Amino acid sequence: MTSFFLSLGMTYEWAWFVATVCGILLIALPLMVSVAMIIYADRKIWAAMALRRGPNVVGPFGLLQSFADGLKVFLQETIIPSAANKGIFLIAPVVTFTVALMAWAVIPFNSGAVLADVNIGLLYVLAISSLGVYGTIMAGWASNSKYPFFSAMRASAQMISYEVSIGFILICVVLWSGTFNMNGIVLAQKGHVLGIVNGFVANPLLFPMWVMFLISSLAETQRAPFDLTEAESELVAGYQTEYSSMAFAAYWLGEYANVLLMCALNATLFWGGWLPPLDIPVLYLVPGFVWFLLKVLFFFFVFSWIKATVPRYRYDQLMRLGWKVFLPVSLLFVVIVSGYLMAIGHFA
Amino acid sequence: MTVGYLIKSFTLWEFVKAHWLTLKYFFKPKATINYPFEKNPLSPRFRGEHALRRYPNGEERCIACKLCEAICPAQAITIEAAPRIDGSRRTTRYDIDMTKCIYCGFCQEACPVDAIVEGPNLEYATETREELLYDKAKLLANGDKWERAIAANLEADAPYR
Repeated sequence: MTSFFLSLGMTYEWAWFVATVCGILLIALPLMVSVAMIIYADRKIWAAMALRRGPNVVGPFGLLQSFADGLKVFLQETIIPSAANKGIFLIAPVVTFTVALMAWAVIPFNSGAVLADVNIGLLYVLAISSLGVYGTIMAGWASNSKYPFFSAMRASAQMISYEVSIGFILICVVLWSGTFNMNGIVLAQKGHVLGIVNGFVANPLLFPMWVMFLISSLAETQRAPFDLTEAESELVAGYQTEYSSMAFAAYWLGEYANVLLMCALNATLFWGGWLPPLDIPVLYLVPGFVWFLLKVLFFFFVFSWIKATVPRYRYDQLMRLGWKVFLPVSLLFVVIVSGYLMAIGHFA
Repeated sequence: MTVGYLIKSFTLWEFVKAHWLTLKYFFKPKATINYPFEKNPLSPRFRGEHALRRYPNGEERCIACKLCEAICPAQAITIEAAPRIDGSRRTTRYDIDMTKCIYCGFCQEACPVDAIVEGPNLEYATETREELLYDKAKLLANGDKWERAIAANLEADAPYR
């Protein structure tokens, strides 16, 4: 895109700047619209699994439901509790939302279609998703109310616990692909299994890692069955209890942007990203963007599906699963995978 | 801890089974109806909004016997009676507090002249509480509005009474 703006007669610095801003808008704006649509899809999927209809009045098939909700929330008053720390209280949703959008910078949508093609893309994603917990902690602390505070404590402990095992899982992926660059990881999956299946997931050594990554990403985004931070029977609405109006909406948008991000990571790291599922030339006629989108939507369906199916974990069960199952198993797999790769001379 | 248990827990067997079940439900027809546009059938005995009926000649049925007021378990009915100008006994006041009413149907059972009935209407939500304090005029208006449906229901239910 920079070359296009260069051809308009700009200096290189300006062309790069304008091209980057355009790229950000090209990712962020469709992302926000798709978050609105994905909330609608989420509600429809839960409804269908409970034999209900879900939203179907606003617009055709209820497609405009999220926009109606957004408008309603937008017109409401932002209530700030008198005991709250006003500055942090208002910054917290901004942090959550911004961080949720930031990580999209390194997600490859197609061959080369990535905003920042940095060689440590995966590390960047890890760093940004760890930052996400700050929005929650700030909200819980600044609300100056006990349930949001409990919820924030839970959220931080939960996110940190599962990030440890996510880290180990990603080490396996990185060992196999030999790069931290997201595009490189996608390309390393081309014809990965038997020279025909695109994706690490079909690899028997990495399949368990994918299952654990999927479960950890549920915990990371605080989706059911790990939505302990919003356990309404214990914590009212969790760290969002004191939020209203657009601050509340920012949390929702941020949460769903995070869910979509985790879906995109599942697709990129294990299911071949923008590559077609099989390494057959005719499948490459479909643009990579479409494959990527299909995979993300599939994973979103899986996320909703899980939410509609399983009950919430107890907090000690959550911690037990994170520290006593996932951590040792992922550590074991790091050893197995690196040992196997040494044995076959992958690093030679 | 048997081998079978280990295999089951490491393959997440229970989760897979549960997800298969919910996936089957995902494709099942919906159990709910599209309410404001589709409605469930109602029994002729359905006890909905109250109405005071009239005879075909326009004379109100109620004779102010106060049996409904007496039997009402929620004490939602208030009646005051006086002789009318032609000497017949009539109500001067017939109020039902719809916020108290429990829709037990005792009033229509007690009524000797089928004057007070619970009609088939169930969509009378209001924006204020005061609108639910029905007076005689409102009840008679309900009777005029729903007479055909009420008469049909009474006729359909008559063989079973």
